[in-house]
Amino acid sequence: MFNKRTFAGLAVFTAAAITLSACAGTTDAPASDVDASVATSAADFGGLDALIAAAQAEGELNVIALPDNWANYGEIKALFEEKYGIVVNSADPDISSAEEIAAADNLKGQDTAPDVFDLGTAVTLDSLDYFAPYQVENWDEIPEGNKEATGLWVNDYTGSMSIGYDSNSVPEPTSLDDLLGDDYRGAVALNGDPTQAGAAFAAVGLATVQSGGTLDDFQDGIDFFEKLNDAGNFIPVNVTSATIAAGETKVAFDWSYNNLAAAATVDGWKVVTLPGTVYTSFYNQAISKDAPHPAAARLWQEFLYSAEAQNLFIVGGAYPVTIQTLQDAGTVDADALGALGELDGELVTPTADQAAAAAALLAEKWAAAIS
Amino acid sequence: MTDASTSVDVSGGAGVTPWRHRLRATGKFLGLTPFAIYVLLFLAIPTTLAVSTGFFTEDGALTFDNIVGLFAPNVLASFGASFFVSAVTAIVGAIIGALVCYALLGLRPDGAVRSFIDSVSSVLAQFGGVMLAFAFIALMGGQGLLTLFLKNNLGIDIYADGNWLYQVPGLLPVYLYFQVPLMVITFMPAMQGLKLTWAEANATLGGTRLTYWTRIAAPVLAPSFFGSLLLLFANAFSSYATAAALISQGAQIVPLQIRGALVSETVLGRENMAGALALGMIIVMVVVMWGYSVLQTRTSRWQR
Amino acid sequence: MNVGAEPGRVARVVILSVVGLVFALPILAMIEFTFRAGLSGGHTLDHWTGLFSEDAARTYRGLFQAIGNSFILAAVTVGIVVVILLPTMILVHLQFPRLRRVLEFICIIPITVPAIVLVVGLAPVYSIVVKLLGGATWTLAFAYGITVLPYAYRAIQANLDAVDIRTLSEAARTLSAGWLKVLWFVLLPNLRRGVLAAAFISVAVVLGEFTIASILNRRNLQTALLQVSQSDPWVATIFALLALLLAFVLLLSIGRLGRDRKNS
Repeated sequence: MFNKRTFAGLAVFTAAAITLSACAGTTDAPASDVDASVATSAADFGGLDALIAAAQAEGELNVIALPDNWANYGEIKALFEEKYGIVVNSADPDISSAEEIAAADNLKGQDTAPDVFDLGTAVTLDSLDYFAPYQVENWDEIPEGNKEATGLWVNDYTGSMSIGYDSNSVPEPTSLDDLLGDDYRGAVALNGDPTQAGAAFAAVGLATVQSGGTLDDFQDGIDFFEKLNDAGNFIPVNVTSATIAAGETKVAFDWSYNNLAAAATVDGWKVVTLPGTVYTSFYNQAISKDAPHPAAARLWQEFLYSAEAQNLFIVGGAYPVTIQTLQDAGTVDADALGALGELDGELVTPTADQAAAAAALLAEKWAAAIS
Repeated sequence: MTDASTSVDVSGGAGVTPWRHRLRATGKFLGLTPFAIYVLLFLAIPTTLAVSTGFFTEDGALTFDNIVGLFAPNVLASFGASFFVSAVTAIVGAIIGALVCYALLGLRPDGAVRSFIDSVSSVLAQFGGVMLAFAFIALMGGQGLLTLFLKNNLGIDIYADGNWLYQVPGLLPVYLYFQVPLMVITFMPAMQGLKLTWAEANATLGGTRLTYWTRIAAPVLAPSFFGSLLLLFANAFSSYATAAALISQGAQIVPLQIRGALVSETVLGRENMAGALALGMIIVMVVVMWGYSVLQTRTSRWQR
Repeated sequence: MNVGAEPGRVARVVILSVVGLVFALPILAMIEFTFRAGLSGGHTLDHWTGLFSEDAARTYRGLFQAIGNSFILAAVTVGIVVVILLPTMILVHLQFPRLRRVLEFICIIPITVPAIVLVVGLAPVYSIVVKLLGGATWTLAFAYGITVLPYAYRAIQANLDAVDIRTLSEAARTLSAGWLKVLWFVLLPNLRRGVLAAAFISVAVVLGEFTIASILNRRNLQTALLQVSQSDPWVATIFALLALLLAFVLLLSIGRLGRDRKNS
């Protein structure tokens, strides 16, 4: 009797599982205009005003993984809400780029699915199927190397890899080797694991170029952190604003905009970018192909690349992609740029191939190096 | 219920028609249907879907690579570490929790102390994740309250050999923080079931406290104790958010391996590994549960 | 007369105070942190007083709605435990003793698979649920009912093992009580301890659940807390402490309600 029941049960739920996965596989047609989800520029709507009207008709925008204190997204979201009267639903501020794509999968067809993405380069290049092409009005202001030809993804902002430190407890590091000294015992931490998080990956990249290596081979960076760990100066805890405020992570490798945000919140936290080669990496803006609010998503892109929003990035400590155009046209927020400082020194960013090679190297060597 | 009446029917002989007999029998099973459907929809199907991803590649082709990947040395090591942490925190947590339950015996169930401890235990039993990790960083981290107090006032440096809070040993005190309350909340009903009459009978027959606890109370409590122990083990085994907040580097335990597979921004295309890892975890739990049921069968022999 | 069933006064006080002190320490560390003023080592009340400032009010609106959501979720989850799990456990205990191990195994699986993996499988199920029942937050309770299964099962089973349900129900039946009367008047009062413990832990789990709600993009207490406390670590800690306090007070009141009726 029990066996029969088990078999019956198994049959039922296998059937159900198959049916359900089939159901989950079909995409729901977006609730709004078919036009909006295939529009590739404002012209397709009949001009920017028509786009604004269509977006306001949708009334909402779902963004994901945009913490308020990351490159000043808090102000940017607030300004968008104010300006267009569209409610911005900000979900999952703490997740990684890979998880953003997973969320798009998990919520496909539901109206809480993300409309737009802000992703690291590796995930962007791997997820082209998820994006809808779109070219903003000031397309030409964005430098050639910073966008995909049809507008599948566009760089939005970058920062430099910087070192934040607790000025009350440790001296200012003037070079990478300073961190190997006794002053920094049990003090240095990364924002994540380099085999998982973009910010930590960039930290190893910075260590590589500051140790005299090139981005083709991250081994120098791995070696530096191995030395740091052997000296007892490295602690494997995640840097958060809480650990900074508690004085636990006295030195943190993180993007300049994150460190600057921490400096603004926590008294005594200072930021320094090491002289010499500076490591930068752009994040990428993309629109979801299955966006539940396609017009609002496209309006968000237009807004993000307008001078207003791009200047807000500067306030947040990040360098927007159109910074050259802003400076030439004189529309840049000079005070903010002054406070941030110019991006001096030799700037390097890894290419897709270099990033892939480095990721493979880290997957192999990192765990052993810091254990 | 139907047991009594069915047995009457059978022994009654030709009195009841066969179809009514079968109807009663199926009627019993109907009672299980709501739960069966609920579990099917929200547990069986999601678990199967989640675990079956381990058998496919990114492009949807069937593969055993992920399963083979489970036997890589670092993955096996993480299973070992997970098992170690879970077993230690389960056993220590169970013992301390049982002690607390013992200390609560005899207090009025709706008195202030009992109500307070019940509520606090429930709240702390599921207090985890980033905040719990941060509480311990604030308490015992390199610059933690306790660390500095011990260093400055008593000269004890708990991190003399290196900071162990952010490695596997550091998980032990942190996990205990929710294991002990969980034990208290799940084991207390069993403790309360001990009847005073048994203790009195024991005393009347000339037994001591020791004989009461070892000969009478322990066998009665054993099934619930081991059941709670099993729960504590499973709780620690799958605990993810707290470990992720505390240990940012590497994947020393299985949930962190899963994190690496699902969350990685830099090493892509390994999400399906998470399904295989989940399968591995279920298999470990099956083995542990088998051991537990063997143990239960043995201990129940004492009771008969 | 001391028959050894209860601990002596000294033992009781020693155990409870030692354990109590050890468990209070992390909370105290959190509280101390909320009074800190930056990295220079001073202390300040600013973080607490800032809660009542002007722009704080804007962020609170979303938080209150999320708290309401969490309360509804807790209520529905406890409902699922009492209406679906409890009768099933009683039925298995009385009628299907051989299925007990199966039930135990089923009730331990939810805690074995980490939520971040389980949600990969829950997402397709929920896309159907959303089509049928809408995307409201309370539908999350179906998933939460599964999440609390291990804890609720253990709490109720501990009670079931201690009380001889079989004899009680047979006695009641021979006195010609119908099954519903047996359940309500005989079994439930004896199972009150276990059911209450199960309800407690279920409410606590629901109030503290973050992963499933976050990945399915619903607003509950924990996801809303994360939103309001992103930029400011002190506010984050204060809110976490307040959330713990809220859960504690809620459970205390549930306990009072559950107990008063017993004494009357």
